[in-house]
Order: sequence, then C-alpha cells, then structure tokens
Amino acid sequence: MSPEKLARMANQIAAVFAALPEDEAARNVAQHLNDFWAPAMRAELLDLIASGSGRLHPLVHAAVPHLRRPAEARA
Amino acid sequence: MKDFVLPDDRDLGTPARKGPPVTLTIDGFAVTVPAGTSIMRAAFEAGIPVPKLCATDSVEAFGSCRLCLVEIEGRPGTPASCTTPVAEGMVVHTQTARLKKLRKGVMELYISDHPLDCLTCAANGDCELQDMAGVVGLREVRYAPGANHFEDRCGEAANPLFLPKDDSNPYFSYDPQKCIVCSRCVRACEEVQGTFALTIAGRGFDSRVSPGMAEPFLQSECVSCGACVQACPTATLSEKSVAEIGTPDRSVITTCAYCGVGCSFKAELRGDELVRMVPWKHGKANRGHSCVKGRFAWGYAQHRDRILKPMIRDRIDEPWREVTWDEAFAHTARRFREIQARHGRGAIGGITSSRCTNEETYLVQKMIRGTFGNNNVDTCARVCHSPTGYGLKQTFGTSAGTQDFDSVEQADVVIVIGANPTDGHPVFASRLKKRLRQGAKLIVIDPRRIDLVRSPHVEAAHHLALMPGTNVAVLTAMAHVIVTEGLVDEAFVRARCDWESFQDWAAFVADPSRSPEATEKLTRVPAAELRAAARLYATGGNGAIYYGLGVTEHSQGSTTVMAIANLAMATGNIGRPGVGVNPLRGQNNVQGSCDMGSFPHELPGYRHVHDDTARAIYESLWGTPIDPEPGLRIPNMLDEAVAGRFKGIYIQGEDILQSDPDTRHVAAGLAAMECVVVQDLFLNETATYAHVFLPGATFLEKDGTFTNAERRINRVRRVMAPLPGLADWEVTQRLAQAMGAQWHYNHPAEIMAEIAATTPTFAGVSYELLDREGSVQWPCNAAAPQGTPVMHVDAFVRGKGRFILTDYVPTDERTGPRFPLLLTTGRILSQYNVGAQTRRTANSTWHAEDLLEIHPHDAEVRGIREGQLVRLASRSGETTLRATITDRVAPGVVYTTFHHPETQANVVTTDFSDWATNCPEYKVTAVQVSPTNGPSDWQRDYAAHAEASRRIAHAAE
Ligand code: SF4
Ligand code: SF4
Ligand code: SF4
Ligand code: FES
Repeated sequence: MSPEKLARMANQIAAVFAALPEDEAARNVAQHLNDFWAPAMRAELLDLIASGSGRLHPLVHAAVPHLRRPAEARA
Repeated sequence: MKDFVLPDDRDLGTPARKGPPVTLTIDGFAVTVPAGTSIMRAAFEAGIPVPKLCATDSVEAFGSCRLCLVEIEGRPGTPASCTTPVAEGMVVHTQTARLKKLRKGVMELYISDHPLDCLTCAANGDCELQDMAGVVGLREVRYAPGANHFEDRCGEAANPLFLPKDDSNPYFSYDPQKCIVCSRCVRACEEVQGTFALTIAGRGFDSRVSPGMAEPFLQSECVSCGACVQACPTATLSEKSVAEIGTPDRSVITTCAYCGVGCSFKAELRGDELVRMVPWKHGKANRGHSCVKGRFAWGYAQHRDRILKPMIRDRIDEPWREVTWDEAFAHTARRFREIQARHGRGAIGGITSSRCTNEETYLVQKMIRGTFGNNNVDTCARVCHSPTGYGLKQTFGTSAGTQDFDSVEQADVVIVIGANPTDGHPVFASRLKKRLRQGAKLIVIDPRRIDLVRSPHVEAAHHLALMPGTNVAVLTAMAHVIVTEGLVDEAFVRARCDWESFQDWAAFVADPSRSPEATEKLTRVPAAELRAAARLYATGGNGAIYYGLGVTEHSQGSTTVMAIANLAMATGNIGRPGVGVNPLRGQNNVQGSCDMGSFPHELPGYRHVHDDTARAIYESLWGTPIDPEPGLRIPNMLDEAVAGRFKGIYIQGEDILQSDPDTRHVAAGLAAMECVVVQDLFLNETATYAHVFLPGATFLEKDGTFTNAERRINRVRRVMAPLPGLADWEVTQRLAQAMGAQWHYNHPAEIMAEIAATTPTFAGVSYELLDREGSVQWPCNAAAPQGTPVMHVDAFVRGKGRFILTDYVPTDERTGPRFPLLLTTGRILSQYNVGAQTRRTANSTWHAEDLLEIHPHDAEVRGIREGQLVRLASRSGETTLRATITDRVAPGVVYTTFHHPETQANVVTTDFSDWATNCPEYKVTAVQVSPTNGPSDWQRDYAAHAEASRRIAHAAE
C-alpha cells in the first residue's frame, strides 16, 4: 500500500481517539490496529514510523509501544 | 428430511383483532374470538366459510357486495358479516332460505355485467367470482342483455362503457371488463402498500377502478408492488405469467433474495416452472406484503445470459474455455497451491457473498481459514454495514439491530437517517407509513428530499437536510440539546448504562462548540429545526431510529453509528418494543454473512481471532490450526495485489469491480493477480478479470437460510434443481476437497448443525425449528429457545451500555475550485445493487439508466439542460451520464444511483474510507459536472475490455 494511504488510515484512527486522555488514547489506537489490521499492514506501518518519513499523528507514535509485533513480517 | 407442510393460509375475510375473548354461536357451533373481530372472521375460524366478494383479510372490510349477509337472532334485517363485529352470546345463522335467495339475487346482478368466458380466462379455477357463483347455486341469469361494461360494441356503435385492457405494466394486466368494483385493490394500495395510486372514479353503475388520473398503470404513481393484484378476486388484475403459463399446482415457501427486509414468499409452480411468487401472509418480516423486486423480478433466474458450465483461461485476454466441474476444481486447487508455494500462505484469500446463504458463507470462510490457512476473508458488508457491526458492538455489545420489524407498529417517533426506505426497503417502508398514518411522527435526516418527507398521507415533522459528511455533527448537536435541556432519561442511564462513560459523554456533547447554533454553518441544518427534532425524539414517546448506508458509508461511519446508539441510550429508547436502533441492511443476507464469520478478524458469532477459546473450538473440530492474527480486508487485498504480494482470490457471488469504490484501483488489483476465481450467475464485471468462472445457482435452486436486518433466520427452500448441476455450497465443498479438505456435507442442514454447535448465539437453531416456527431471530439458544425479537431487554449484551465520545472529524474529501460539488449515491426501488439481476428483468422499464440529480441553480450556471449528457469528474476519474434537474437535492449536492455498469459511478468515488472498518466513503465525493457529447475515455476503454474478455470458445458438443 502507498505510504500516504497507510499514513492517512492510521491518522484517521488517531483523530477519533484524540478526544481521550493521551495514554488512554494511545492504548485505544494500538488496540484498534492490533485488532483490525493484518500483521503485514502493521509491519508496513512500523517500517514507515522507523523510516521517519510520512506525516503521522502524534498518537500513532504514542501507540507504538503497545503495538503487537507481527510474528512473521509478511503474513 | 421430513417434508415441510404448508401452514394454513386461508383467507379469513377480515383482519385479525386483539381484544378480550368473546363467545358467540354460529350455525350452532360455539366460537370464541377476540373482541372487535367480524362475524365473518369468527365464522371462518370456526370452519364455516361465509360467501364473500369484497372482503379479504389483508384489508379492512368495506361492506359493498352484500354477499356475506347473515341473520342474527334478535336483530332485524340481514347485516353484512364482514362489517358487523361479534358480541357476547350472539346467535348467528349463515345459511337460511332468506339469505340464500338474497345472495342468489346479488350474484345474478354481478354475473349479468360480467363476460361468461370462464373457460379461456386466466383466472379460471382461481377466481372468487366463479367460486361464489357456485357457492350460492347460481344457475341462470334472468336479465336481458343491456348496458354493460364488457362488450366492446353495443349493437352498431362502440360501447361507451367499455374500457380496453391495460397491459402497460410489464408484470400484470388490468382488464376492466372483468372488474366487479369491489375496491379490494384500492384498499390494498392504500392500507397495505400506502401508495394511494388507485381510486374508484364515478358512482354507481359508472364507477371504475382508476390508476392515478385515469392513466395507464405504468404512467400512474403505481410502484408495482402487486398488493392490488393479490387482493383482486377476479382476473381483472392478474399476473401476466399466469395468463401465459396457466395456474400453478404446487407451492414452496421461501425467502426473497433481494433486500434485507427478507420477505417470505410462496413460490407457485407448475411442474418445475415457476409461475408466480406471492408474498406469504405468515412471513414475520413482511406479513403478506412484497415489492416489485421480490414479487416480479425473478426472470433473471432463467435468463439466457446465465453461465451454466465452468470455464477457465490462462490470461484474461483469452476467450473462456468450457471445462467439466472436475477439471475446474483440479485446475483452481493447483493454481492456488502453486501461488501459496511461491508467495506464501497469505497470498490468496476470498470474499463471501451477502447474497448467498448462511451455510454457503460459513463454508467459504471455513475453507479460507481452515484450508487456505489464513484469515484473508472478507465480504461485501465491508462496503456497506461494517461500521454497524463495529459501532453497535462497542456501545451495546452486539453487532446487530435491536428490534423486529413488528416493533414499528408501536413506535411514536421515528427517525430515518441516511436511508430511503420506500426505494431501498419498500416493505418496511409500507409498514412504517401505516404507522405514520396512525399518527406517529417522523424525522428525516438526509441530504436529499426522499419520498417519505412528503407523500400521500405522510409528512415528516422535520427534515434535516444536512450537508453530506456532517452526520456526526448533526447527531452530536441533537445530543447537545438533549443533555443541555435536561431531556436525558436519567433513570434508564443510571440503571442500564456505564455511568462514568455517560458523564464523560454528557460533558463532551454539552460543550457550546457542539451546539446546533455553532455547527449550523457546517451542517447547513437550521438550529431551531434541529432543536425541535431533538426534543421530539426525546419526549415524544417510543423513539425508534432506522438508518441505512447514508450513515455507514462515510469516513466517520462507525462514529455515526455510535452517535446513534448514544442518543438511544440517553433517551432510554432501548430494550422494549417500539424503540431501538435499527440498521436497514442492503442485501438479503448481509446480516448473515457478518454473523457467519466473514470478516478477517472475526470467527462466526463475532468472536475475535485473538480469542483463544473461540479458535480452539474450530481448531479441534476442523483439525487445523487457525491464524490468531486478523487477515486482509478487501481494500487491503487489492493494495497488496498491486504491490505484488497477493495473487489469488475466490469471489463468491460478489461483483467488486462494480460495487467497490475507485473502480480503477479495483481493476488494477484484479489485473495484478494470477488466479481470480469468480462464482456467479452471470459473467459479471469482476469476471472480466477472472481466470476461472464457476457458475452459481439462484436462491430458487438451493436450500439454506438467509438472515434479514432484524436478525431473523428465514428458510430458503429449493424450488427447482440447480441449472449448473451444483448448488453454491456444493461448489465450495468440492473446491475445498480438491485442496485437501475432508468435508462430507450432504445437505445444508448439516452445515447449520455445525454452525449451531460452534456458535453460542445460534445454539438452538435447526431446520426442524425453522420449519416449525417459520423463522427465528438470533440469539436463539437455551436462554431464548424461540429466539429474541427485542434485544437488550433487561441488560445490554455487553452488560452496561457504553457511551462513546463522537468527535466530528471532517472528511479529507473537500470541495474546492476544481471539484465544487458534493456527489452522494443511493438506490432506487426497481433496481437492486449492481443490477446484475434486476437489469435482466422488465424492472428496467422503470429505470433504464442511472441519472444524475442536480439542483436547478447548479444546472443553470453550468448550462445543463434536462436529460442532457454530462461529464461527472472527481480526482479519481470521470464518467458520463444524463442529468435530471430537481430540487430534491440542495444546491451544491448532486446525486446518482449505481445500478448500471455503463455508468460506473464508482469510477468517480475515491478510496477514502471509514476510519474503523475501511467501509468506503461512497456518500461524499467532490465532483465537477459539465455538459459533454460522448462517453469518457474510461467508459470507452472499459466497454472494449469487457466485450473482449467475455468471449467464450464453446467446446465442441
Ligand atoms: S401494484 Fe401496488 S402500488 Fe401499484 S396500484 Fe397495485 S397496490 Fe398500488
Ligand atoms: S380490479 Fe379487482 S379488486 Fe379492484 S375493484 Fe375490480 S375486481 Fe375488485
Ligand atoms: S426486495 Fe426486499 S422488500 Fe422487496 S420483496 Fe424482496 S425482501 Fe421484500
Ligand atoms: S364481503 Fe361483506 S359486503 Fe362484501
């Protein structure tokens, strides 16, 4: 998937939880990604974050510690 | 399997009543019926049929024919039994010398103005006038020939009273010469359908049934629901199919395969030829009513375009080669396994169908999870109601509507949001309109002035014509009014909901920035109107919310669903008849396909694949491990395909190329795959990119169940043998077997048994139960052996109802100088979804092409005239279609349907989607409209591609 689209989808999720206190919001974002995103997509997102490119909502960054690491990089 | 015995469906003359028991005597037999029941109905219930013509139990009695006269001891005269209610201790005689004479006289008069061509009449053997002539013992007609309505000439001159047959409707004819002016049709159109298309014009001998202003049926307001045809006792209004084929001699009860109302039908056949589909009066979703699609649009089942043999090809620019089923399965299994060997287990996946049965859907996801070995399964609910599943699960704890359709009969205030029931869910609309005519209030929240806003005898109290994309702002503003004006049902919230989440939510919505006044600029809904609507919903009695795709198909679809749930909880409108949150599901089995585990993250019964206990149930039963990680959703599969990592797909009964957004992206994804398998009735648009085509079976050709929008599991019964030789569930089973699965289902009942054994909410469901009860609403288990009409009665499924903050986040799709208009999409009555079925029927008489609705102001500044071809462009693509100018849409908004592949409205829609579920944002696209002369490049290229890729090299016989 294009990095822009991936970033947009992650940012959309972050925006929804932005009204919550920061820690709770970060956990919610992470849980949503864990529950609904295939491991391949989470891996791509982690790559995107690691590369430092892509304009990501601060909550997406905050969610990283709570993200389930995909077992195989590409399912 | 035991034969299913048709329950009694006699006409009892007048509608049922509710009331305390009353006992009377009829012809010496004691009968007990509810107070308010007519003598006629009491007699029928006692097994004493009273002769009748103008009464039928689908409409209120009218008392015009005077054939149903009875004598009552102690009362003078001979009252009509259809209009006389029973009374305690009444003694009634239905057959006396006096009555016999009177009835014969009545019949003699009728017959004197009726042609005597019974032998060649389409209704011969199925005509109540004929029956009654026999019943009353009419043997001669003593009137001399005179003025009449049935001879086209009187003497030398033309008969001025004669009206020719009206064949304008493609499905039924109106032959005035046979009409007895009983007005059953008029009452059916008013009371059952609610369209008021028919009147009795003139008086006495001159009175005639008149559609509209004495127009042909097709030109009148008639929506071709067929209620009048069914009510008509004679051949006057009758199905053309009966005239062509003859009267049916056997029948099977089954379920409509079109929309989420899930109407029950009696399929009437002669041999294995379907003669007509008649709505089944004991159907609990439709109560004997239907719409033009289910009632008449079944001709596609026999259409010559149907593909009946499996076909394969190596490349999509080659013609198709017909093969045997065995070759097709072996070929597909080999290709899929090769792809997995080269690109990994996750390089293939599949899509289940919302049009196939629960059993078929269950098998497809079972094959993907168990045999493919991944969770790459998704369904077209992704593009319609996935936000419903997410939103209601978060708030209430279950992914489904809360009520049954009967519930609307007890609603006092009804909110319809982003749905157009008279077109999308017509039978529900008729039931809703009936309630509105009794005085319930209606609030419509929709950018477009849908028919319900104003139609005969129905008018919305408020129409909030919001800008597309601002649902959340409007609903949150309503919540603001309810909270700040003290209209919250605090007792309910304290008892039933999570108090802390309520307090957070109340503080959130009460913020002045969320008031109707503050958001008016954005939503364009006048604040005063919005306040009035919110007050009405909160204080007007039982408040029920019904919503459709105008809620879900937005980037904030899931949020909107949660905003709706919040409103219902805050006002205590949950957990009893007459209230609730009710998604109007688009396709017949969207609910079922979601229930059956079609989503990549969920096993059947909405259990997450993370859930070890749930996975263990299937792992031990199927003997295969199940991936604990969610799989790819449809849009992600396409993205992965473009990226070269996803190579093969099995698509059962869906046309994603036409139904999914951003057609070019879908096409690119499909084109990048090595093995696209399409199972369908026709070579649909997606099949133009397919390498394997497996012919599908219609709902008439298989057994199974559909689950409608009220969670009702209805039986689908095989009416005729599958034309391609295999039903869809057998095709999936054979493919899975070819890939190594040890499956041995002999009948869909065995699949349902497996579903019941593994899914707690379905534990009590079996074909025996469905045959006995007719249908049942899940949850159906030990706690609710007869199913659950209303959910969350004493407690929410998740325990306490949870309020969720619903912040309005504007969509990224904005209008600007290049694309200044907002496009929103919808559907119309006569066509269904991508139209693959309905376009292959005479329903196209009503809707031959997709039209673009545009406001007169927007049309004028662009120089667009009515009916002109226009170019519709967005940043995704462009297409052309004809414009129609109307103020149904507000300035700045344009609207179209998506039923025709030539238009391909989805070329224009973007890949923006709901934040939670990736449900595409169909309802908001920034566009520009301009006059044009011809089709767009895409339309031209696609037409060429489609034609080339549909070639079939027929095997030598
Ligand atoms: S078909 Fe339906 S809408 Fe048309 S006249 Fe008959 S009852 Fe009315
Ligand atoms: S058309 Fe049929 S139902 Fe209508 S008035 Fe005539 S006979 Fe009765
Ligand atoms: S399309 Fe819907 S409303 Fe019409 S008959 Fe079928 S289930 Fe009923
Ligand atoms: S049936 Fe009672 S008056 Fe016609």
